[in-house]
Amino acid sequence: MLQYTIRRMLLIIPTLWAVVTVVFFLIRIVPGGPAVAALGTYATEEQIRALEHQMGLDRPIIVQYGTFLADLCRGNLGKSLITRRPVIQEIVQALPYTVDLTASGLLLGILMGVPIGIFTALRRNRPPDYLGRVGSLIGISMPEFYLGILLMYVFAVRLNLFPVIGGGDLKDWGSRLYHLILPAFTLGIIMTAFISRMTRSSMLNVIGEDYVRTARAKGVSERMVVYKHALRNALIPTTTVIGLYAGVLMGGSVLTEIVYSRPGLGKMMVFAVKDRDYMTLQMVIVIFSAAVSLLNLLTDILYGLIDPRIEYR
Amino acid sequence: MAKTNRKGLILYTFKRNKTSVLGVIMAVIIVCLAILAPWVSPYDPIDQNVKLQYASPSSAHLCGTDGYGRDEFSRILWGSRVSLVVGIASVLFSMVCGIPLGVIAGYKGGRVDNVVSRFNDIFMSFPIVIFGLLILAIMGPGLFKIITAIGVALTPRIARLARGSTLSVKEMPYIEAARAVGQRDTKILVLHVLPNIFGDILVMGTLWIATAIIVEASLSFIGLGVRPPTPSWGSMIRDGLDQLTNAPWLSVFPGLAIFLTVFSFNLIADGLRDIADPKLRG
Repeated sequence: MLQYTIRRMLLIIPTLWAVVTVVFFLIRIVPGGPAVAALGTYATEEQIRALEHQMGLDRPIIVQYGTFLADLCRGNLGKSLITRRPVIQEIVQALPYTVDLTASGLLLGILMGVPIGIFTALRRNRPPDYLGRVGSLIGISMPEFYLGILLMYVFAVRLNLFPVIGGGDLKDWGSRLYHLILPAFTLGIIMTAFISRMTRSSMLNVIGEDYVRTARAKGVSERMVVYKHALRNALIPTTTVIGLYAGVLMGGSVLTEIVYSRPGLGKMMVFAVKDRDYMTLQMVIVIFSAAVSLLNLLTDILYGLIDPRIEYR
Repeated sequence: MAKTNRKGLILYTFKRNKTSVLGVIMAVIIVCLAILAPWVSPYDPIDQNVKLQYASPSSAHLCGTDGYGRDEFSRILWGSRVSLVVGIASVLFSMVCGIPLGVIAGYKGGRVDNVVSRFNDIFMSFPIVIFGLLILAIMGPGLFKIITAIGVALTPRIARLARGSTLSVKEMPYIEAARAVGQRDTKILVLHVLPNIFGDILVMGTLWIATAIIVEASLSFIGLGVRPPTPSWGSMIRDGLDQLTNAPWLSVFPGLAIFLTVFSFNLIADGLRDIADPKLRG
């Protein structure tokens, strides 16, 4: 188990390296390049040359790539082209807002989605099932930012229960939570839709299995059948889906942050695009991709904890 | 199962599924409105009228007017064009690139499969919205660029699906038979593999159209959509967000349009999936 975990973690490194490489080269094919972007279109030829030299952009691209990788390994992520501060500092500042949001969104999605999925599967083709199915379809058809705006309009603008924008004070837990509730529910409701759908369909698959029929035939109570025999097996595909929708979660967090003006990584990324701050942009994208890979790893490990039939090799 | 028989069954199952029929009806109405936008929209979508800034919804302006006094309802009708064109074109783009990649990887196996699958894994670790954002950050905004950005982001997903389906079709006796009579690989792929994996891809294709529409709206919302003044639902919501307190209709109605469009495609995909996987029917 431990060996497997370590090996899987090591396998993330080549993926991350590939992601970094793709982002590095994609960004360097921009016409004009970061120097022009940083100085604006009115800069003189000499100014651009000077800055390119200073940033090392006049060297062959392979040399630049080597330096970039070497710096990356030493934890030097470069400086923001706009604020001139080290990118790592900016990321550390923004990270808690994004982690709060994605973690609570995922947690809410699991806490609401799994029970709804079980409940509707057990009442298949009856009113609660129809309601659940339509509800989840509505959820997956709803862009995160639209749901965010609707919740904001009702609960923040009209009812005045929550703040409209901002991320709150990180050191003050009350304010941090207060600012988190609406964004977390925005993301959580979307995740609930995905997770409840998957739980329902895998639950239905499992209920038709022979071992569930056997358990019922030998007189095991319905409660035990559901929780011991069916649910445990149904959770396996559901766990995978959490990994599968890691991308939805990350993309959703970016949009939710923009709606609520949370100063997290998503907002930072969008500003980096607007300001053509490529140093910041490439690192934030790498972080999001790393998060997706890590969530996938986590679900693979969880997989084995839920299903003892799976062997780690 | 014989081909005609299967088609009949598909149609039968689909018709019995009332929600997917509703989805088809909704989608047809939306597509018709998009095509007929120049004739059915009551006003010119980019015609400004300073006297009518932020007018609330009324019989003259069903969805109110925006900060330039432009009729929101007409803008929503015209905006449907961007959403549908991007949704459908980007999925077609990803099919044109992804199906050959996946089919060849699945059919050839070995090293080819390894290389294609590794690339897929790498590109799939980028969330779609974030990958689209990266591509648009590089290329700048514009209709064709959005289609390319979303199409490229969806390509590995389609390739993966095509690969999986090819792997199962590959083992079928008719492929073996085709090979036994000495048919060339290209002929086998085009004549036998492609038609048999097309069902799976169609279901997912419909689902990806829904996703592509959401991604387009998201990118426009971020500000990387088609250039103004062309109306697009995502950018209309973004423009309306500042006025959420005074003019909530500016965000609520375009959002509703996105939701209904995506919902109709999801309903269709749901019905198609029930056909593909009868176990989950019901």
